[in-house]
Amino acid sequence: MTDNALLSGSVSSLRQQLRDRAVSSEELTRACLERIEACNGALNAVITMCSEQALDSAREADKAIAKGDIASLTGIPLLHKDIFCTNGVRTTCGSRMLEQFVPAYDATVVTKMRGEGAVMLGKCNMDEFAMGSSNETSFFGAVRNPWDLNCVPGGSSGGSAAALAAGMAPLVTGTDTGGSIRQPASLCGVTGLKPTYGRVSRLGIIAFASSLDQAGPMARTAEDCAIALTAMSGIDAGDSTSADIPVPDFHAGLHHDVQGLRIGLPREYFNEDLDPDVRERVMAALSALEQAGATLVDIELPHSHYAIATYYVIAPAEASANLARYDGVRFGYRCEDPVDLEDLYLRSRSEGFGEEVQRRILVGTYALSAGFYDAYFNKAQQVRRVITEDFTRAFESVDVIAGPSAPGVAFQFGAKQQDPVAMYMEDIYTLAVNLAGLPGLSTPAGLINGMPVGLQLIGKPFDEQTILNAAHRLQSDTDWHMARPQLETVAP
Amino acid sequence: MGLEVHLQLATQSKIFSGSATAFGAAPNEQADAVDLGMPGMLPVLNEEAVRYAVKFGLGIGARIGERSVFDRKNYFYPDLPKGYQVSQFFAPIVCEGVFEVPLEDGSLFPVRITRAHLEEDAGKSVHDAFSRETGIDLNRAGTPLLEIVTEPDFRSAEQAVAYLKALHSLVTYLGISDGNMAEGSMRCDINISLREKGSDALGTRTEIKNVNSFRFVERAIHSEYERQADILDSGGSITQETRLYDAEQNVTRSMRSKEVANDYRYFPEPDLLPIVIDAEYIEAVRATLPELPGAKRARFTADYGLNDYDAALLVPNHALADYFEAVVTAGGAAKPAANWILGDLTAALNRNEIDITASPISAAQLAGLIARIEDGTLSSKLAKQVFDGLWAGEGDADQIIEARGLKQVSDSGALESMVEAVIADNPDQVAQYLAADETKQKKLSGFFVGQIMKASKGQANPQMINELLLKKLNDQS
Repeated sequence: MTDNALLSGSVSSLRQQLRDRAVSSEELTRACLERIEACNGALNAVITMCSEQALDSAREADKAIAKGDIASLTGIPLLHKDIFCTNGVRTTCGSRMLEQFVPAYDATVVTKMRGEGAVMLGKCNMDEFAMGSSNETSFFGAVRNPWDLNCVPGGSSGGSAAALAAGMAPLVTGTDTGGSIRQPASLCGVTGLKPTYGRVSRLGIIAFASSLDQAGPMARTAEDCAIALTAMSGIDAGDSTSADIPVPDFHAGLHHDVQGLRIGLPREYFNEDLDPDVRERVMAALSALEQAGATLVDIELPHSHYAIATYYVIAPAEASANLARYDGVRFGYRCEDPVDLEDLYLRSRSEGFGEEVQRRILVGTYALSAGFYDAYFNKAQQVRRVITEDFTRAFESVDVIAGPSAPGVAFQFGAKQQDPVAMYMEDIYTLAVNLAGLPGLSTPAGLINGMPVGLQLIGKPFDEQTILNAAHRLQSDTDWHMARPQLETVAP
Repeated sequence: MGLEVHLQLATQSKIFSGSATAFGAAPNEQADAVDLGMPGMLPVLNEEAVRYAVKFGLGIGARIGERSVFDRKNYFYPDLPKGYQVSQFFAPIVCEGVFEVPLEDGSLFPVRITRAHLEEDAGKSVHDAFSRETGIDLNRAGTPLLEIVTEPDFRSAEQAVAYLKALHSLVTYLGISDGNMAEGSMRCDINISLREKGSDALGTRTEIKNVNSFRFVERAIHSEYERQADILDSGGSITQETRLYDAEQNVTRSMRSKEVANDYRYFPEPDLLPIVIDAEYIEAVRATLPELPGAKRARFTADYGLNDYDAALLVPNHALADYFEAVVTAGGAAKPAANWILGDLTAALNRNEIDITASPISAAQLAGLIARIEDGTLSSKLAKQVFDGLWAGEGDADQIIEARGLKQVSDSGALESMVEAVIADNPDQVAQYLAADETKQKKLSGFFVGQIMKASKGQANPQMINELLLKKLNDQS
C-alpha cells in the first residue's frame, strides 16, 4: 500500500482495508501525521498536533480490530476543527483569547467519534470564533488553499477543508453557522455536510451564534459523510436544543436511486447575479442527476435576498452575548497590569479579539440596544420565520433544493478582507439554510481555471438521507469529487 | 410602594447545572464548568425549579404562563461568569394574580402580583479576603431564584411587612424555599415614591435594593419616606435611582443613577427551549399542594373557635400551626392551647433561641397541662410552675403535680378551716374590713386571700377561697 493511496483513500475504503488488515491504523495514522508535518508549513491548516496521543489511539484501534471489536470509525484518523473542546488538548477557536485554553472536557461530538474508534490527529485552523469566510481572521494566521497557495480555502472551517484536500486526514469535522462547512468544502473541492439544526449536539462546541451553529463532517465522498454523520448525531441531555429524533444509519440507508427525485432550482439563486462559469458547472452537475432520473423544477424562495441582512443581525446579536464570557476574569487572555476593572475588560477584549470578532460584537450589541431591538433583532426574527416559510412552501413540491455553494471559486488573499460586505456575500447561498435550520451539503461540481466549484443540495428538516443519496449518485456517475490538488510543489 | 422579592428556591441542584446549592461551602466548591461559563458549556433546565415556580403561582392563585421563555440579560460584572444572566423578561412563568395578605386587625389586604419569573443568581465578589485584589466565589452562581414583582399597591411599611411575612409563610408552606433571610434566601427590593394627597399620580420613585430582614424593610421604608418628604417639602425633586439601606446609620444611600444604568439588551436565550406548561402538568402540581396559610387560618377560626388574631399568629409558621393542632388532638382545649403556645411557650422558646420543632415540651405534655387546668386541678399560678417543670424535663404534668405537690386544694372543709384561721389570727384587719365601704373592702379582702395562699403554698383554689372568705367575713358583722 503506497502512502499516496493511503492519503487519498476514502473513509469507507480505508475502513475496509483496516478490517482486511491490509493496513494498520498505526501505519495510516503515521502516514497522516507525516503528511501534516510535510504540508502544514505551507498550508497552516493544523494548529495543534496530537501525534503521541494519536499513535496510542491507533495502536488501541489495531488491538480492537484484531479482536474483531470494530465500530464505525475504528482506526480512522481525523482532525477536529479547533472549535470542538478537547479534554487536555488546547482549544483555541482561532483566537488569541483562547491561545492557552485547555478544556477539562470533551465536546459531545469528540466523545462520540472517539467512541466510534476514530483517531484524533490534532486540531484545525479556523476563522477566529468561526467568524469569517476566508480563514484570514485566525489569530494563528491564514490557511492556504492546497489548490492554489495564493488563494483562501474559504471559512470558517477552512483549516479542516484544506487539510482534507491536502490528504492530511480522510475525515475532518467542521461547524457551519452561515456556510462555514459548505463554502470551504466548495472552495477546496471536498464534500461537506451541515446537518439539520438539532441533529448534532452543540455541547462542548465553542458558541458563535447558538440558534444557527451546527457541527458536521467533511470528507472525500458523500458516503463518508453518511458514515460520519451517523457517528456524530443524536440527542444529548446536555444540549436542550438537540433533537429527540431517531438517528438512522445514514450509510446503510444510502442508495443510488434518484428516479423521480424532484430537485428545485430557486429562481433567486440562478438569476443574473450568478457567475456564468459557476452556473455552467452547477447546471452540469444537475444535468447529471437529471440523466439519472431526477426532475429539475423551477421554484421560488421569494425572501432569499433578505437572508444576509437577517443573518447579520441575528448571528452578531447572539455572538455579542456568547462572547461576553471572555472578560479576562476566569480564563482566556488577560491584559497586562490592568489598572481597574474597566481597564481589565477593555484591554483584555480589545487585545484578545481580532478585528472581525470585535466588529460583530459591536454590530450585535447595537442591534440589541434599547430603542433598536424592535427595528433590528425583532424584525430579523420575524424575517427569519418568513424565510423558513419560503422553504417549507417550496418543499411541498420538491424533495431537494439545489444551488451553488458559493458565488465563485477561491479568491486571492486580501481580495475581500477590506470589504466586509463583499466577504459576507460569500455566504449568500448558504445563510438562509442556517436561518431555516435545514440540512445542506456541498459536493464538488468541477473546476474553473483549476479551482473547485461546489453544488449545494438542501434537504427537508432531518432528511439528510435524501441529499446524501443524491450526492452519492452524482459521485457514482461523475468523478469531480476525485479531483485532487497538485501538492508536489508544497511537499514533494 | 411596589416590592420585588428575590426568592431562592430550595432545589437540590442549580437551575442550569448539576452543582449543589447548599449554603456555606468553601469558595467555588459548588461551581462546575457550566457555572463558570466555560467555553462550549450549555445550560440544562432543572425541572424542579419549574415545578416550584408553578407551585408558587398556584399558591397565590396566579395564571401560569403556558409558554414562558428564558432571556439573556446582558451586563459585565466579575461575578457574572457568562456576561449575561439567564432570566425571563418577555414571557414569565407566573403571570398576574392577587395575593390576600392578612393584616394585624384580621382583615385581608389584596396585593396584586404583576408576575414572577425564574432566573439564575450571580456569584459574589469577596473584597476582604485579599489585599488589593477581589476574590470571586461562584458557589451561588446559577442558584435558582424566583423574582416576585407586585403592583405599587402598598401605602405603608406595615402593609409591606405584612406582605413579606405572608409571602414567607406561603413559600415555606409550599416547601419551595427555606425562606432563610439571613442567608439571603429572600431578598427584597423596595420601589418607593410619594404622591400628593388626593392625587392618583405616583411621584418619581427610588428603588432600595437587597433589604434582607422584615425589620430592615420597615426601617428602610420609614427612612426613605422621610428623605423624600424632606426633599419634596423643601421644593426639591426626587431623582430616579437605586439606593442601598445602611442599617447601622438607618439611612438609604444612592447606589447608582438609572440615567447611567446598564442597557440590559434582553433577547431570547437560544440555548434553552421555551417552557411549555399544559393543564395536565398544572393539575398534577396542584394535587401536591399542601393546605395553605389562608385556608388554614379559616379552618382554625371555624373549627377551633380561635379569633382572627390568634389564627394569624399561629398559622404563618407551619411548624407552630402543626404543634397547635397536635396539642388539640392530644386533648388540649383549643383556646387555652393557643394562649399557652403564643404566650409562655413562645416566650420560653425565644428566650432560649429554640425552634418550635425542638421544643422541650411536647404537644402531648402541653395538652396534659391544659387538661389539669380545665379540670380544676391546677390554678393558673400552679400551672406556671408545672410549665416550668415540663420545660425542665421533669416528666409530664401529672408527674410534676405529684412530685412537687402542686395539687390545688378544693376541698371546702380544708379551705374553710384555713379561712377561719386567718380571720382568727388577724383581728385588726377584720375590724378594718368591717368598718370600710364596699370599694375598700374589695381591696382589703386581697390581704386575707394572700395570707391564705401563702399558708397553703399557693395550692388553695383561689375562687373557692374568695367565696368562703366573703361569707365568713360578712358573718363577723
